[in-house]
Amino acid sequence: MSIALSAATEARWQKILDAYPEGRKRSAVIPMLIFAQDETGIITRELMEEIARRAEVDYLQVEEVVGFYSMLRKQPLGKYHVQVCTNISCMLAGGMELWHHACESLHLKNKQTSADGLISIEEVECMGACSWAPAVEVNYDFHHHVTPERFDEIILELKGKG
Amino acid sequence: MFNPPSPHEVKILTRRFGVQNSHTIDASLAHQGYDGLKKAIAMGADAVINEIKASALRGRGGAGFPTGMKWSFIPRTSPKPKYIVCNADESEPGTCKDRLLIQNDPHSLIEGIAIAGFTMNSNRGYIYVRGEYRYLIYILETAIAEAYKHNLLGQNILGTGWNFDLFVHSGAGAYECGEESALLNSLEGKRGTPRLKPPFPATHGLYQSPTLLNNVESFCAVTHIIRDGAADFAKHGPEKSGGTRLMCISGHVQRPGVYEMPLSTTLPFLINEVGGGLRPGRTLKAVQPGGSSSPILLPEECNVGLDFDSLAKAGTMAGSGGIVVLDDTADIVAYALRIIRFYQHESCGWCIPCREGTTWLKKILERLNQGEGTMKDVDLVGELAKNMFGRTFCALGDAAAWPTGSIVKKFRGEFETKLAAVQARQVPAELVNIG
Repeated sequence: MSIALSAATEARWQKILDAYPEGRKRSAVIPMLIFAQDETGIITRELMEEIARRAEVDYLQVEEVVGFYSMLRKQPLGKYHVQVCTNISCMLAGGMELWHHACESLHLKNKQTSADGLISIEEVECMGACSWAPAVEVNYDFHHHVTPERFDEIILELKGKG
Repeated sequence: MFNPPSPHEVKILTRRFGVQNSHTIDASLAHQGYDGLKKAIAMGADAVINEIKASALRGRGGAGFPTGMKWSFIPRTSPKPKYIVCNADESEPGTCKDRLLIQNDPHSLIEGIAIAGFTMNSNRGYIYVRGEYRYLIYILETAIAEAYKHNLLGQNILGTGWNFDLFVHSGAGAYECGEESALLNSLEGKRGTPRLKPPFPATHGLYQSPTLLNNVESFCAVTHIIRDGAADFAKHGPEKSGGTRLMCISGHVQRPGVYEMPLSTTLPFLINEVGGGLRPGRTLKAVQPGGSSSPILLPEECNVGLDFDSLAKAGTMAGSGGIVVLDDTADIVAYALRIIRFYQHESCGWCIPCREGTTWLKKILERLNQGEGTMKDVDLVGELAKNMFGRTFCALGDAAAWPTGSIVKKFRGEFETKLAAVQARQVPAELVNIG
């Protein structure tokens, strides 16, 4: 194969491919993409070609979904992707101010990554934490009731982890 | 991490919340886990469907369609494979309940899906989980593996000769995939655009086969309805809106949270007694009672029940159970803009009234929010919303038009005030460019 993935991702791909009926491997494309992206950080042409081969679909059938789903990306983001929700429930609880604080304190704009590649930020739509707003999701980890002070702590923790 | 419970709650679906390791099968089995499945097998498929009908359960995903009736539409004897699909793509702004159900009691969901599988003579089910809820995918996979070990999934379940496999499928970020036909396209590996209906998923769903598709909370309710009987559930709500639901209250209340409440609960009770009321010194400005898609209510319209029919009668909807409360500090113009930014971002682009309509609404509301428009723009928002309504492939266009149309109609004065203030350069800086 043209790209090397970890044994864990290979095992995950196999589990995904086994989950659909005979002749329905196209169903595996989106889960394969997102789990691979967790490892690679970015969806490349080679990755899409490999998925097309494994799922027995045309390359364009992979490419077209990458363009549709907001979590799939062809541009790299930070090791820690910090997503700040500003949708209605978060907005009413200070989410918009939190987002502005995130931009200003990190000197980043929407979907930009820090020079060291560690942190990127994104203003996102509702993540399902409305009653514990405002919410931030770092990669797949939720943080609730995030104040600007708490936000700064989270960033410090991420920088400490490296 | 989450809100503490309220003493007013009626805990049916959330009964195992707080039990130590409630997500494990041991905790589930120690608290009547899978008794509903065993009972369903003993009752037989027809009796199961009748029981759900008698419970007056209505779909908890948003549309509020009677669940028992939906189940009766599936051609159970069709020679095609029958699929059970669970919609765990929770993404309606204001709604955060399915997350709690899966996190705290995944076995209640798996049991409900298994009951559906047995009833529909199905051998395969999928749980479609939104990509952002990755930790729930792992929780579900662990729980499913436990259920296989206990012969509650897999081959010859409980000696019945019936086989049922259940899988978890990850989405990748698209609100539109909460719409059932878009979800099915996405599950087939395609872009999440809706399908023309009819035919409906009941006969032509996943892989063009009969498919039963329900929300997480609906399946969890089925588990408890079958175990404890329809009457025990139905008694908590009005005749045509049975049971409890997980109500998600957010925004300007003192105790925002997710609370399992009878459907006979009223909106003032939820806000004041369960949600702790408004902050001191504040007055109510508006409520969206069914997620961001629901038409907004003025304070004088808020003396209403939270069941499906009462809210429909009040000109709005119960939707997904997300109740968003706004007090007098809320900037309604910025709020309207934030709603439409969401729908514009999430419109899948499949049909023109939605794709173009949400884009134009966003542009106009941006202008109004910056104080650069005129009152004619406010009329234009209302006109656009009216012309989108009912003219789109799926309900996303309606969902964008409903709140927007209702906000410009009911809060015209706020738009006038904001325009006049900005144009007179008297507006406080923090009120400009927010949203």
